[in-house]
This record gives sequence, C-alpha cells and structure tokens, in this order.
Amino acid sequence: MSLPKKMKDHAAKHAEATVPHPEAARKQAAQGKLLARERVTAILDRDSFHEYDLFVEHKCSDFGMAKKQLPGDGVITGTGTILGHPVAIFAQDFTVAGGSLGLAHARKITKIMDHAIKLGIPLIGINDSGGARIQEGVNSLAGYGEIFYRNTLASGVIPQISIILGPCAGGAVYSPALTDFVFVVDNISKMFITGPEVIKTVLGEEISMEDLGGARVQAEMTGNAHFYAQSEAECFEQVKRLVTYIPWNNRKKADAFSVIPSRSEVSLESIIPAESNKPYDVRDVIKAVCDGSDFMEVQALWAANIVVGFARMDGRTVGMIANQPAVLAGVLDVDSSDKAARFIRFCDAFNIPLVTFVDLPGYLPGIDQEHAGVIRHGAKLLYAYSEATVPKITVILRKAYGGGYIAMCSRHLGADFVFAWPCAEIAVMGPEGAANIIFKGEIAAAADPEAFRKEKVKEYTEKFASPYVAAANGHVDAVIAPHQTRDFLLHALEISEEKQELRPQRKHGVPPF
Amino acid sequence: MTQSATHSMTHPVTHPSKPLRQSIALNGTVYETALTKKYARRKPYVPKDPSRLTAIIPGLILDLLVKPGDEVRSGQGLLVLEAMKMQNHIAAHDAGTIKAIHVSPGETVAKGQLLVEFQ
Repeated sequence: MSLPKKMKDHAAKHAEATVPHPEAARKQAAQGKLLARERVTAILDRDSFHEYDLFVEHKCSDFGMAKKQLPGDGVITGTGTILGHPVAIFAQDFTVAGGSLGLAHARKITKIMDHAIKLGIPLIGINDSGGARIQEGVNSLAGYGEIFYRNTLASGVIPQISIILGPCAGGAVYSPALTDFVFVVDNISKMFITGPEVIKTVLGEEISMEDLGGARVQAEMTGNAHFYAQSEAECFEQVKRLVTYIPWNNRKKADAFSVIPSRSEVSLESIIPAESNKPYDVRDVIKAVCDGSDFMEVQALWAANIVVGFARMDGRTVGMIANQPAVLAGVLDVDSSDKAARFIRFCDAFNIPLVTFVDLPGYLPGIDQEHAGVIRHGAKLLYAYSEATVPKITVILRKAYGGGYIAMCSRHLGADFVFAWPCAEIAVMGPEGAANIIFKGEIAAAADPEAFRKEKVKEYTEKFASPYVAAANGHVDAVIAPHQTRDFLLHALEISEEKQELRPQRKHGVPPF
Repeated sequence: MTQSATHSMTHPVTHPSKPLRQSIALNGTVYETALTKKYARRKPYVPKDPSRLTAIIPGLILDLLVKPGDEVRSGQGLLVLEAMKMQNHIAAHDAGTIKAIHVSPGETVAKGQLLVEFQ
C-alpha cells in the first residue's frame, strides 16, 4: 500500500469507527439524549479531546458475535482538558450495541482509569448502557468487577466524577456509587439495582422506572446523586464548575482563582433573627462570607437540614458545612450525618480546608430515627471530623446544644479554631429542658410552680445560653461580631496553609459504615 | 445489569400449613421461598400524592399563613409548625390552589399527619 493510500485508508477507518449508525443516532436524539461523542466534546475544552483505543475490538465469537463489528466496542475513551484542567474521560455509547459492557469495553475503561491514577488526573465517566453484554457471559461480569476494583483504588487518590446519562442499572450502578460525585439529568438518568420488572415479579408491586430510580428520586430521596440538572447542557456546566473547585489529585491543592470581593458583610448581622426560635437560610451566611457569594452546593435537594458545598476564600477552595435552621430546625439525623460525613472525607482526602457553621438544636428525636440506626450514622460525622487533618475552622452562629455541639467540629474533635458569635448558645441542652431537670423538686415544691420554673429558665438562659462559658474554658477561641467573620476565617485559613497533623500509622481506620 | 431477563408474575400461595410460601419464576426457573412475617406484613408501596402535604416532624401548629381557595407559588410559606425549639416555616413544594386545611393554630400534630390539601 502506497503512503497516500495508507493515509486515505486511515481516514476511512477513522470515519467508520466514529460516525454513528443513523438509525441508532435518531433513536438517541428522540429520547432527548446527545451522542456519546457530542457529550465528550461538550464537556471538554474545544479541540482538547484526544481519543485512544478507537480500534479496539471484542473477541467474542458466541451467539453470532463473531460477525458483529462494534465501533470502539461501545465506549469512547481519552483525555482532554476542562478550563485548562487535565482529565481522563470515558463515555459509553448507547448507539453501539446499547452501550452494553463486554470485556473489551471494560478493558478500555480500566485502561483509562489506570492512566488517570498514574498521571494523577481526575476521571470523568459518562454512563449510558443497557448493562452487561449477555453474549459475553461471565467475561462481562469480570469487566464490571475490574472497574469497581479500580474505582476503589482510585478513591481518595484522584477525584472521580460519574455522569448518568441513560440507564445505569444492576451491578453497573455500583461504579458510580464508588465515585465521589454523581450527576443526573431529569428524564434521562435511570439508576437502580433491580428494575420495575423484577420488583413486579417478586413483590407484585408496580412502579415506573422514573419513580423507582429517576433523576429526581436519586437527587431528592436517596442521596445517591449529588447534582441534578434539567438538561445535559446544564449538567455539563455543573461538571465544569465542580472541576474548578477540586485538585488534580491528593498530592495537590485545588488551583486558586483570583479573588472576587465578598458581598458587603454588614448584612451578616441582619441575617439571623432576633429570636432564637425563628428560622433563616444559612446559605445566606455562607454567601455573605465567601468570595463573590459564589457557593456550589452539593446534594442540595437531599437531607437539606445540613448544607454542604464548595466556596472560595481568598481564591482558595474551602469545603463549607452548615446546619440549616430553615429545614427541620437544622437537626442532625441519619441522612444529614451521612451526607456531611462523606463530604468531609472528600475534602480531607483532597486537601480542602473545612469551615463549619453551627446552629442546631441537636439530634432529631424519634423512634424511626433510632430504629434506622441514628447512633451508627451519627457516629460517621464524629468520625469524619475527628479523622480529618486539613485545617478545620468552626463558627458557632447560634444554637449548639448537647451532642450536636460536639459533633459539629467542636474543639474536642480537633477543630483548629472555634469562633462564636455573641448570640451563640452553647450548653448541654436548651434552657427549658435544663431548668426542668435541675430544679425538678424545687419546682414541684414551689408555691407558684410555673412562676418559679420560668424564673429558673431565665436564670439558666442568662448563665449558660451564651458563648462566654465555653470561651471561659477555652473551648471557644474568640467571640466575634458577625461582621468580623470573614476576616477571622481568612486569617485562620492563611496561617493554616502549611498545617501538618501526624497520626499513628495504621492500615486504615474502621469507620462506622 | 440487563433488564431483558424474563420473569413471570407470581402469586403468593397460602398453604394450609404455615409458614406462608411464595413461588417466583425468574429466568425460567421457579423458586420456592418462605415469607417472613415481617415481609408478609410490609406496607405496599404507595406513590407520594403531591396534593397532600403532611407533617415532616411532630410539633405544634402556631400559625396558618394561607386559607382555602388561596393560590400559592412554589416555596411560599403555608403554616408555622413549632418543633425542635424552632418555628419551622412549612412551604409549598409546588404552585397550586389550597383545597382544605386540616389543622388549626394551637393543635399538636403527629409526624405524617395531613396538614394541607391542594386541588
């Protein structure tokens, strides 16, 4: 073959492998879905995608597979950049054999995963697959297992992002579950272990795919998804934004972005209502404190009684955790503990300092909570905060009672700095409950029990429902006016930049999960 | 993984002798299984009815912010429910019209109790 012919032949081979089957492409579009290749180019910087393993072929010869040519074996893999940040990416192609996963398909994915781990760059996976390629039998299962294994090895080494843009069911859904962030899109994403058909067979109950494991369900009810979007385009913007907040790998810090001035802080004083039993949106506090009021909330729709997400302070990424008084009074419960603990562990693994805003009445009482194992789940939060060695800074805004006070990154769990606003109430329990217990006998014996009780509540409130007892004991480092918050945080973060905390060596801890 | 496997409908069979048993045909194989009491007593799945707002937490109704016939926007406060030392503002999940309000100020409500019905 002459050289010009070789070149021409290459162009033809390339086109054959990359141009989708028109009928399959039409079907994909009819579902409101982009093609795999379009998705990759939409996420990555223009012309930055470099594809590998385009000519990989499957080796299956059973069930008539020998004659079947599957371009790229149904998955596109490569590397590129997002706003200049390098990433490894794979995208399953539903137009090729339903994006089904065979051994060659899986090996393409594990190869790009191995690259990402070695090179220390984030991994982005786009899932759109009917599931295992049944013709390949156990080899297909082997493929899944090899992916899960690498997801686990990569955990805490490189950030892993999963984008669910189609069905992702059965065993396949465990790969996203092992990654750090899962993105879903309304009407497109479907995630479940056993589908509606099996549920109908085994349980006799009918449920639609959307109600069982659609995007909204995963983002709002199960907490399996971290980011929810109305369209693929919106989803890709979210992915790009997230990538700017996180580092390439666990040996680096996230890139700093130029400082945008914070919103005027005078408003901080006015966010918190005068009465301690009135709710407010704690995200207003976060936005008033961080650079440019720019806050990227994670798992915004699930367990909204705690708020977690990324923001910047002086350009540097910070992980924000805050009780949300506007939802369920900001209590800790099974889901909110789980949500915050996972976020804290991500931040700690990737050198992102933690800033915690505290305003909670405590753990949610309830039979359902106790029976759902709130002890074990609540302990995850204590574990995650205690285990974290990144800079940990806590601001007590208002209520910090009982076990909730300890759990929310108190000095006792290793906070580097604890600040409290003058309206903070730090005590073992609320004044009402405390007075009722301490003065039980005296209240019963008093001439006017109700008046006596009220007096004792007032006494307890004045003595303990303040930050000054905690400050007198050094549990709080400084009582600060709300408008000083940003300044204190910026300074604390700056001087903690080189923080090192050495712990006894161990293989790994045994957290309560 | 794939959802293309074939299943056949099942029918719980109550044998004269306990325990409760059920046969399940999955991919052409029929499995016999004993049902635990807990399973037999389980509450079947009921889709959430968006026209019914129920209490997410037990507490005391302090104030009603709307009345039947009112049109509300998504996120608008409907009532104030005091619980966990907090006057929780319970907001509308979606826009709609209030059909009925089933509680009044001063009333103590249990978790899951019906508060407001939408049209």
